[in-house]
Amino acid sequence: MAFGAFANSGPDLSAAAPRRRSYVAIILLAPGVVYLLATFVAPLVSLVLTSFKEPGGDFEVGEYVYAFRWENYAEAIGRFGEIFLRTFGYSLLATILALLISYPLAYFIGVTLRRFPLWQSLVLILVIAPFFISFLLRTLAWKAIFADEGPVVSFLQAIGILGPEDYLNGTAFTVIFGLTYNYIPFMTLPIYTSLERLDLRYVEAGGDLYAGPAQRFWRIILPLSLPGVVSGTLLTFIPASGDYVNASKDFLGSTNTVMAGNVINDMFFQSFYPLSAAVSILLMIAILIPVVAYVARSGSEDLL
Amino acid sequence: MAGSFDESGADLELVGVTKRFPGFTAIENLNLTIPAGSFFALLGPSGCGKTTTLRLVAGLEEPTAGRILIGGKDVTTSKPHQRPVNTVFQSYALFPHMTVLGNVEFGLKRRGISSARELAHEALRLVELDHVAGRRPAQLSGGQQQRVALARAVVNRPALLLLDEPLGALDLKLRRQMQLELKSIQSEVGLTFLHVTHDQEEAMTMADTVAVMNKGRIEQMGAPEELYELPRTTFVANFLGQSNLFTGDVVSTEKDSMTVDIAGLGIKVPRERAQRHAGEVTIGVRPEKLTLHTAKPESTAGVNILGPGTVIDVSFTGVSTQYLVQVPGLPVLTVFAQNMVFGPVAEPGAEVYVSWRVEHGFGLADEPEPEPKFAGDDDTRTIAVQRRQRLEDELDEA
Ligand SMILES: Nc1ncnc2c1ncn2[C@@H]1O[C@H](COP(=O)(O)OP(=O)(O)OP(=O)(O)O)[C@@H](O)[C@H]1O
Ligand SMILES: [Mg+2]
Repeated sequence: MAFGAFANSGPDLSAAAPRRRSYVAIILLAPGVVYLLATFVAPLVSLVLTSFKEPGGDFEVGEYVYAFRWENYAEAIGRFGEIFLRTFGYSLLATILALLISYPLAYFIGVTLRRFPLWQSLVLILVIAPFFISFLLRTLAWKAIFADEGPVVSFLQAIGILGPEDYLNGTAFTVIFGLTYNYIPFMTLPIYTSLERLDLRYVEAGGDLYAGPAQRFWRIILPLSLPGVVSGTLLTFIPASGDYVNASKDFLGSTNTVMAGNVINDMFFQSFYPLSAAVSILLMIAILIPVVAYVARSGSEDLL
Repeated sequence: MAGSFDESGADLELVGVTKRFPGFTAIENLNLTIPAGSFFALLGPSGCGKTTTLRLVAGLEEPTAGRILIGGKDVTTSKPHQRPVNTVFQSYALFPHMTVLGNVEFGLKRRGISSARELAHEALRLVELDHVAGRRPAQLSGGQQQRVALARAVVNRPALLLLDEPLGALDLKLRRQMQLELKSIQSEVGLTFLHVTHDQEEAMTMADTVAVMNKGRIEQMGAPEELYELPRTTFVANFLGQSNLFTGDVVSTEKDSMTVDIAGLGIKVPRERAQRHAGEVTIGVRPEKLTLHTAKPESTAGVNILGPGTVIDVSFTGVSTQYLVQVPGLPVLTVFAQNMVFGPVAEPGAEVYVSWRVEHGFGLADEPEPEPKFAGDDDTRTIAVQRRQRLEDELDEA
C-alpha cells in the first residue's frame, strides 16, 4: 500500500490472481525487471563498492582499489554533516513553498476552470511552458534578475527592505527561490490530476452536512486529493535534495549555500571518487528515511 | 443551532421560485407550502425538475427568482451549511475516504454534538447496517449505500429532511420495510419530510400530501386519495394510475351534472367534479370503476353506458384482469375487473358493453388537443395493441 500514492488506487489484483497466470506475469514483468537491474541496481552496487575504496598502490590522485574503508563515511559525515542538514532544510522549505503555491493553482485549473475546457488547457500549458526553455538558461535568467545591480535588488533597496550593501544572489533566499520555481510544475501536475477527478458532489454533501468552507477543504477536498499531494511532494522533494544547479555558485548560490549535490559534484571532479560515492549513498539514505516514513503515513488508512 | 437538535419540523415555503439554467428553464414560478411535520411527496417523471427543487431548498442551487422560507425564516441567500436541512442524495454522495461510521457521524461532529458516535451507531442500527460500520462505502452493495445515505441524513434530525428517491435501489421487501421505518421516524420526531420519487405507489402510501410535477410546474397537489379520485389535468390522470379519457362538447347542463357528447352518446359527469363546464371538454373515469357487460344493460339514471364494443385484449394479472375494449369512434378503453370467478368473463373478440356510475367520472381542466386523447398514451401495452390493430386492419384491406 505504501506506494499506492503513485497509482490510481485500483483494486489489488495480485493476491487474487490465479496461480496459472503467474507464468504470463513473469514474462510481462521481465523487461521491467531487466531495466531496473541495468539502470538502478547495477549502478547502485558499483556506487556502494566505490564508496569503500581506498587510495591505490602508487598513491597517485584518482587511483583507487577495492577495499573496505568505512572511514570514507566517517569523513563524509564529519566534513559535510552541516551540508546535509542544509540540503534537507532547503529542500523541505522549497517543497512546502511549492505546495502552497501549487495547490491553489491546481485547484483553480482542475476545479474552477472545469466548465471552461479551453481555458483549462491554456493555463495548463502555461504551467508546463517553462519546460520549453532550458532549465540552465531559466536559472541563469533568475541570476540576472536578482543581480546586485539588477531590478529586484535596486527596487528592494529603494523601498528600504534591503540595505545599500545588501544583495540577494548567493543567499539562501535565491537558492530556495530557484528550487521552488524549478520544481513547481512537478508539484502542480499531480495535484491537478487528482483535483480534476474530484467529484464535487462530495463537497456539496459536506456543505449539506453543516461543514463550512474550511471544514469542506480539510475533511473532503484535501483528503480526496491526497494522492496527488503525496506524488507532488515526492517529485519535488527528492530531486530538490539532489539538485546541484540552483545552489551552485555559478547560478543562484555561493559557498554559503552548498548543498549535498554540489559536494558530490565537486568531490567527483576533484577525483575523490570514494568520498563522492559515500556522500551520494548518505544522501540517498537521508532522503529515503523521511520519504518512506511520509509515504507509509499517507498510505495508512487513518491519516485523517 | 450548534450542539442541539431541532425540536420539531419546520414549515417550508417556496414563493414564486424560478430556476433557469443557461438556455433551459427547469423550474417555473413554483409556489409551494409544506406544513411542519408533514410528509410531502413530490412525484413526477424523469427530468421534470424534482432534484432541482430539492437542490434549491438545500441551498446547492440559487433560484433565478423567488424566495425560500424554512420555519418562516428567509433562507434564500443562506449557504447550505447554514440551513437546518439534510439531504439524502439521489447519487448517495457517501464520502469514499471515510468509513460508514465516519460518514454517519460527519454532520453531528460538524455541529459539535458530543454523543456523535453513539447516535451514529443508533442510526446505523435503525437501517440494520451497524455490522458494517467499519467498512468503506465502496465495500457495500448499492442498497446498503442507500441506507447509509439515509442514516447519514436522518441522524441529524433536521427540521426538514429532503429525500431524493431514497429507496430506488432497494428490493421490494426492503423498500416496504424502509418505507415503514421512514414513516415512523417522521411521525416520532415530527420532522418535515420532502420526499421525491417517481414511484407513484410509494408516494401514495407514504405521504400526507402528494404534488405531481410536470415540466417544472406543479400540476396538482393534495391528499393521495383526492389526487387519485379527482385528477384535474390529463397529465395527472395518466401519470397517477391509468385513466380512460374522452373528448367531446358539453351539450346540456342539469342541476348536478352535465352531459357531454361522446361519439354520439350522452355521457354524464358531476358538475362539481368537472373543471370546465362549457365547450369542448375532456372527461375521464378510472379503469377499475368500469363494469363489463356481455349483454346490453338496462339504462338507469346515474349510470353511463358505452357500447357495443369489442374486446381486443385480455391480460390476467392475478387479483384482477385487464380488458382492452374497442368501442367504434372512441379510444381503446381499459377495464380492470376483480377476478370474482375463475377465468375471464369475456374472450378477445367478444361483444361487450361498459358502464360506470356517473359520480365516478371527472372532467379535466386542460384545453383538449386536436387529437383525441388516448388512455395512458405512454403505456406500451396500449400502443402495442393499437399498432397490432392497425396492422390487422391493413391486412384485412389488402
Ligand atoms: N446544471 C444544469 N444545467 C442545465 N440543465 C440542468 C442542470 N441541472 C438540471 N438540468 C435540467 O433540468 C431538468 C430537471 O432536472 P432534475 O435533475 O431536477 O430532474 P428530476 O426531476 O430530478 O429527474 P430524475 O427523476 O431523472 O432524477 C432536466 O431537464 C435537466 O436536464
Ligand atoms: Mg432527480
